[in-house]
Amino acid sequence: MANKLIVAPAPHVQTSQSTARIMRDVVIALMPALVVSTIVFGVDVLRVTALSVAACVVFEFLIQKYVVRGPLTISNWSAVVTGVLLAFNLPASIPWWIVLIGAFVAIAIAKMTFGGLGKNPFNPALVGRVFLLIAYPVQMTTWPMPVNGGAFDALSGATPLAAVKHGLASPDALGVQDLLLGNMPGSMGEVAALALLVGFVYLLWRRVITWHIPVTILVTMALFAFVVALCKGESGALLWQLPLFHVLAGGAILGSVFMATDYSTSPMTVKGGVIFAVGIGVITMLIRLWGAYPEGMSFAILLMNACVPLINKYVKPKRFGVK
Amino acid sequence: MEVLLYTILTLCVLGVLAAVILYFVAQKFRVEEDPRIDEVEKMLPGANCGGCGFAGCRGMADALVKRDDISELFCPVGGSDCMKAIAGYLGKAAAEKQPEVATVRCGGTCEKRPRTNEYNGARSCAVAASLYVGETGCAFGCLGFGDCVAACAFDAIHMNPATGLPEVDPDKCTACGACVKACPKMVIELRKKWPKNRAVYVSCVSKDKGAVVMKACKAGCIGCGKCEKVCAFGAITVTNNLAYIDPQKCKLCRKCVNECPTGAIKLVGMDPLPKEPKAPAAPKTAPAAAKEAAKEAPKAAPAEKSAKEVQKTAPAAAKEAPKAAPAEKPAKEAQKAAPQEPSHES
Amino acid sequence: MKTFPMGGVHPSENKLSSAKAIEVLPLPEVVNIPLAQHIGAPAVAKVAKGDKVLTGQLIAEAGSFMSANIHSPISGTVTAVDQVANGQGLRQMMITIKREGDEWAEGIDRSQTLVKECNLSAQEIIARIKAAGIVGMGGATFPTHVKLSIPAGKKAECVIINGVECEPYLTSDHRMMLEHGEELVVGVTILMKAVGVEKAYIGIENNKPDAIAHLQKIVASYPGIEVVPLKVRYPQGGEKQLIAAVTGRQVPPPPALPIDVGAVVCNASTTYAVYQAVQKGMPLIQRVVTITGKSIREPKNLLTRMGTPVSALIAAAGGLPENTGKVINGGPMMGRAMVNLESPVTKGCSGITVLSEHDARRHVASQCIKCAKCVAACPMGLEPYYLSKMTQKKNWDEVEARMITSCIECGCCQSTCPAYLPLLDWVRLGKQTVMGRIRARAAAAAPKK
Repeated sequence: MANKLIVAPAPHVQTSQSTARIMRDVVIALMPALVVSTIVFGVDVLRVTALSVAACVVFEFLIQKYVVRGPLTISNWSAVVTGVLLAFNLPASIPWWIVLIGAFVAIAIAKMTFGGLGKNPFNPALVGRVFLLIAYPVQMTTWPMPVNGGAFDALSGATPLAAVKHGLASPDALGVQDLLLGNMPGSMGEVAALALLVGFVYLLWRRVITWHIPVTILVTMALFAFVVALCKGESGALLWQLPLFHVLAGGAILGSVFMATDYSTSPMTVKGGVIFAVGIGVITMLIRLWGAYPEGMSFAILLMNACVPLINKYVKPKRFGVK
Repeated sequence: MEVLLYTILTLCVLGVLAAVILYFVAQKFRVEEDPRIDEVEKMLPGANCGGCGFAGCRGMADALVKRDDISELFCPVGGSDCMKAIAGYLGKAAAEKQPEVATVRCGGTCEKRPRTNEYNGARSCAVAASLYVGETGCAFGCLGFGDCVAACAFDAIHMNPATGLPEVDPDKCTACGACVKACPKMVIELRKKWPKNRAVYVSCVSKDKGAVVMKACKAGCIGCGKCEKVCAFGAITVTNNLAYIDPQKCKLCRKCVNECPTGAIKLVGMDPLPKEPKAPAAPKTAPAAAKEAAKEAPKAAPAEKSAKEVQKTAPAAAKEAPKAAPAEKPAKEAQKAAPQEPSHES
Repeated sequence: MKTFPMGGVHPSENKLSSAKAIEVLPLPEVVNIPLAQHIGAPAVAKVAKGDKVLTGQLIAEAGSFMSANIHSPISGTVTAVDQVANGQGLRQMMITIKREGDEWAEGIDRSQTLVKECNLSAQEIIARIKAAGIVGMGGATFPTHVKLSIPAGKKAECVIINGVECEPYLTSDHRMMLEHGEELVVGVTILMKAVGVEKAYIGIENNKPDAIAHLQKIVASYPGIEVVPLKVRYPQGGEKQLIAAVTGRQVPPPPALPIDVGAVVCNASTTYAVYQAVQKGMPLIQRVVTITGKSIREPKNLLTRMGTPVSALIAAAGGLPENTGKVINGGPMMGRAMVNLESPVTKGCSGITVLSEHDARRHVASQCIKCAKCVAACPMGLEPYYLSKMTQKKNWDEVEARMITSCIECGCCQSTCPAYLPLLDWVRLGKQTVMGRIRARAAAAAPKK
């Protein structure tokens, strides 16, 4: 034998599921939604997504190379994930320079200032999105219509959530089919509920995430809506239509599957994850029903992100042999 | 206008309220503390290295003020001067210690001690030491993963990539002992610090038998005992196949250095004695004085003379002269004979 | 299908040698017998240089209660009792014997006839096990007689035989169960008698259906013994995991022991050794060792005398391949990487796994992404990422409060980490340090009482 023996402490096997593979899987899981979104809103979707991804990767590269001067980690695909998620939270008609600003805020401020991947307390894409929403409210809430018109065109550019909020429509005005297929105005990536669910199943199959956080968020939201409907004295079909509408419309699925499950901004234990998810569900519904904004997913996730260190400190995993 | 007024008023009231609350809270939770602790803390170096055994200088200051007997306490960074000043301030008797310096006692460079395997675990001496022998065949020597470097708060110890061994910068080293504690192989020792950073020490800690040492490392101590025999001051003892030079007894006479067959005895800051004292002809490079020295050198030089010379070399040496130093050559002559540039072996 | 309650991983099984019948390795010319091949005090040598010894003769006596006897695996002359490098290159006391023929000591029945009857009392059984120097052969090498001596105030309720063999690659217990099933089951009855229980379970993972079927057939005629098929999941062979999988009871954190939940766990090979010792008078001088690895030409299960150099096993399996990167004493999850292939096979060595350089080298570590996969994989419900970080910061109080001493060092956390961080390297160091601190505290508290 020519070479020296290699020595290391046990274990001597390592998983093939590397950080890069996980991030790549997330990107793959987002692809069905990208395709549906392109069909609904046209090639603008691809343009915005490409710009956002490129900007995120370039910003991360520049910061690591010239500011942090640490090892380069753009090959781990995490900047790509941030780029796609940021794009999915924007309207397809957004001007290019706003995309650049959003990418800069997401990568430079929300991610790299904290030490990069794994150390950021808030989801970078959501920080970028919320920053843009507050800084450029007009551009961020001017929604393009689906190219083929859609069932909702009477509302001229309001998302279903906004329409319902402002009393322009009732939750049952939009068919479940349209909600599932994304045939409505809204952010690029959040309209296609069915495509996002396909991505969810893919992530579960690849063991990238567990079901706890997404399912808990959606169930919490549905229960909340159901109780509200009950209190309002609704009956019959509306009792289940309101919960279904809130789960399928807006960013509920995109947020719960892809944003709330972000590793570094979610708790480390299953129990903590459930607490975190219930918090997101409740805050989202509070904002949607009684807040100033029609959609509250982003704010809810960011607020609960802030609670994660606390949850990690106090919620410990169930220890073996401890009652 | 009214709105503005109310706003300002509300803020003012809130501010006063908060101030009152804070005042009472501060009163309630105030900790009475001896003001001398602050003063003593200021007199300490403020390195917070833990070399005194406390977590930081504050803890040391607290102990210095509160304990009646502070002779057990010592700040290695500030040294005797600092301790004297504090003792004077507190009116207590301070401990006095001679200055020390961390010394890496391993000469197993990459060249002298070949790597026999490749360590692929966490880069930590402590982790590697609990797993196995290390990357070389020597179970006692430096592992080379730099736990000592990480432990040093004074930037005084660094790995030399060429040798794979850590090197101490004696001017920066404060002898706080952090590296000594960090080294799982106990390779590093705090030794007496001589003027001009001179040192003679056995650069090996292997307790293996000679044959085993030779197989693993060309620079190890094989426990042959030649140094022990040649030492005039009884400073060298060989136990468990390993020679040790007692820094309190050693007078830096350097005789042992030439005796060592493997070069395990390190000499720092001084020139070695010329080799082969019995040879009639001096080395070609040596100046004429060397020849004279070689000729004059009797086989049994008067002990007094040699002791005198030694004392010159080492001013801090004990007053008691060795009774029967089997010196073969006066040290002074030897110094003339040797090449002038200082040796930097480590 | 039963399994343990939390965590665990499922690495590639790679049981390359599971269909290979046990072969007898030719006797070695020279053996090195370490005096410490078990947990506890090293044995005390009873022979000196120049002594003639017979196969099976006692050559070193247990140094204390928590220790084990050692017998000569071959007959010949003692050539040295000295420091010899072990597999990790560290020197330890070993007895070196040069072989001359193969003459056995008296009182050892080497025939294959099955002896079912055992009329000894519990004390006599434990005394025979102690005399034979039997220790846990799954790797932990805990002296078996200590395990069987139930402390006052505790009561055993069942014996659990560990036939799980959850380590990838290893098949020695599997072959043992297939080829010596009858003896093994008699061994179980002996163990039941030794600890005074009526119930025994044999836990076997579902990836060994032949062994499950074989033993189920045999135990049909032995009352009180039940074969329990288990879902394939590492580290099911961990003592605490196995007890939880079979009985549903969880052993409390250290210093609690399995006996606190009424269980006595014994490895399958150990149980066979117990049969051999009690019924045949055979001391523990040989064991089945799996020699395996994807690059090994002929993976095998070899009946090997203790003290045989590892290199002899590798030679018997076709030699060390050119691209070898790592040789592991044990399996790839918990085995120890070796530097010295001349080191001997010991009582706890269930296999030798050879990995190619490509498989052996760790991936380059990147930073933690907080994916929590280590937390989900930990079978003890710990937080490896946090323990590892706090150990590096030397925050010993914190890691102790987070129960680092519960860690069983199974390696699930590190093998599942997508950032390839050396989690267990650090956690193990932290655990050792905290255990040292606990012992120091106990020692400091002792004189006051």
